[in-house]
Amino acid sequence: MRRRALSTLTLAALLTLALFSLAPLLWMLSLSLMPAGEATALPPRLLPSAPTLAHYEALFARLPLARALGNSLLLASAATVLGLLSNSLAGYAFAKLHFRGRDALSRVLLAALVIPGQVAMLPLFLLVKELGLVNSYAGVLVPSLASIFGIFLVRQYVASIPDALLDAARLDGAGELRVFTAVVLPLCRPVLVTLGTFTFLGAWNDFLWPLVVLGDEKLQPLPVALASLLGEHAPDVEILMAGAVLTVLPVVVLFIALQRYYLQGILAGSLRG
Amino acid sequence: MTRSTAGLLFAGPALAAIGVFFVLPVAAALLLSLTDFDIYAVADPANLRFVGLANYARLLGDASFWNALGNTLYFAAVGGTLSVLVSLGGALLLEAPLARARGFFRTVYFLPVVTTLVAVAIVWRFLYHPRIGLLNRALETVGLPAVDWLGDPAFAMPAIIGLAIWKNFGWNLVIFAAGLQAIPERLYEAARLDGASGWQQLRHVTLPLLLPTTSFVVLMTAIGSLQLFAEPYVMTQGGPGDATRSLVLLMYEQGFRWWNLGHAAAIAFVLFAIVAAFTALARRLTREGSA
Repeated sequence: MRRRALSTLTLAALLTLALFSLAPLLWMLSLSLMPAGEATALPPRLLPSAPTLAHYEALFARLPLARALGNSLLLASAATVLGLLSNSLAGYAFAKLHFRGRDALSRVLLAALVIPGQVAMLPLFLLVKELGLVNSYAGVLVPSLASIFGIFLVRQYVASIPDALLDAARLDGAGELRVFTAVVLPLCRPVLVTLGTFTFLGAWNDFLWPLVVLGDEKLQPLPVALASLLGEHAPDVEILMAGAVLTVLPVVVLFIALQRYYLQGILAGSLRG
Repeated sequence: MTRSTAGLLFAGPALAAIGVFFVLPVAAALLLSLTDFDIYAVADPANLRFVGLANYARLLGDASFWNALGNTLYFAAVGGTLSVLVSLGGALLLEAPLARARGFFRTVYFLPVVTTLVAVAIVWRFLYHPRIGLLNRALETVGLPAVDWLGDPAFAMPAIIGLAIWKNFGWNLVIFAAGLQAIPERLYEAARLDGASGWQQLRHVTLPLLLPTTSFVVLMTAIGSLQLFAEPYVMTQGGPGDATRSLVLLMYEQGFRWWNLGHAAAIAFVLFAIVAAFTALARRLTREGSA
């Protein structure tokens, strides 16, 4: 009897917290489907009287959000590919290949992990400007070329691969690049998915750096385009909500599909201490 | 190709990228903070002068710096504490023996973390709307007066904290949940044999054994909170007045709006010093915890 009551109570508490998490997202979706003017009507409605996709059509027809969506996809994909490539190579090297200065470098990187990214931002902008990369995709991607977190994430995973496996490949005549592509990379798939998901979501949601680098509206990704929509044009609430849903939906879907890998990345990061 | 050469070649691209696009800018920022780099120097580097610690000295007498520092510490102390408590409470619920559908709830709690801040800020601004926002309508139905959440200096920071807790609590919840799972079941069995109530088990088994996780979470949250920027940027632009202007927001405005890069770099290094102090503390604590 008491156990039953406790069980119901636990479920009620879990559901309340779930409502806190979901309510703003569901309301955003609901507002985006309301006929024009209904979002700001009094008393406020929770659900649309007649759901419509008109505002989504408007995003693509009247506003430049289709291009922003394309920019977001391009930038996040490029950041993911570049980051995976450089971080997996470096992570493997730090775990298994003894090169000169490796331990000293690894200590420097670990120390640099502490530095907040904002410290580098001002001179980085001057550097990007000097290189002529302001207002270009390349300028946005520069900080994604490699990440200390990514290197250590891969290194930690690769360290668990037995040396004997690598040596066996070498005995079979494989060169170092071949050992990496044929033995290490396939074994690293889980951690690569983890790192890839982290990188993609991070790049998709990034706001400050693209805002600083990209003045040209044609190149801006969704978060920047959405913010400028909010600031200057101030369109109807329903259209803004449709833009917000469009921005959030891809990452939510990606997270739900790959959450196992994503959550492992958080735990790996927290165990490093 | 020897293994050592391969190592250098493999690590080379990443190290070069980090060196040029991170380490170099950080070193440059330190130098920049010792100069009067401003809009004239952007136009012509010949206008640049070395000013020693003058930028830092100026910060000491700068009311807007102290205000931003105060706002940042307010957010870190109040918002950080509340956020950790919500995460801990959620994790305890999720890992409670009687909990059901754990996977589903964990996904739901984590969803806000992966959402794009600029996008969810749009709906949160609407939630906080003084006239048609759901929050005030809810207050009204229980007979409380309406609040101008983002327009009233006393309520703007609490409103930002509300958004930040919603957005971030899932992150720490996952870490707490993993910490809870690591506590051996036999300890609870032993406690129950000794007649310990649920509350006593929480106080004498769960919380003490969770302490290393808790100190890690608290310090990482503090470090993250000190870097507050995007929430006030998209919700209030630092206003009303200066009520939600954080250190990083001040740095951003000084640097990218007014091009006072020397001044902005000094703010960045003060932030760095505070974060570094917290990290040193975190490292010491985790070392003691594991020893």
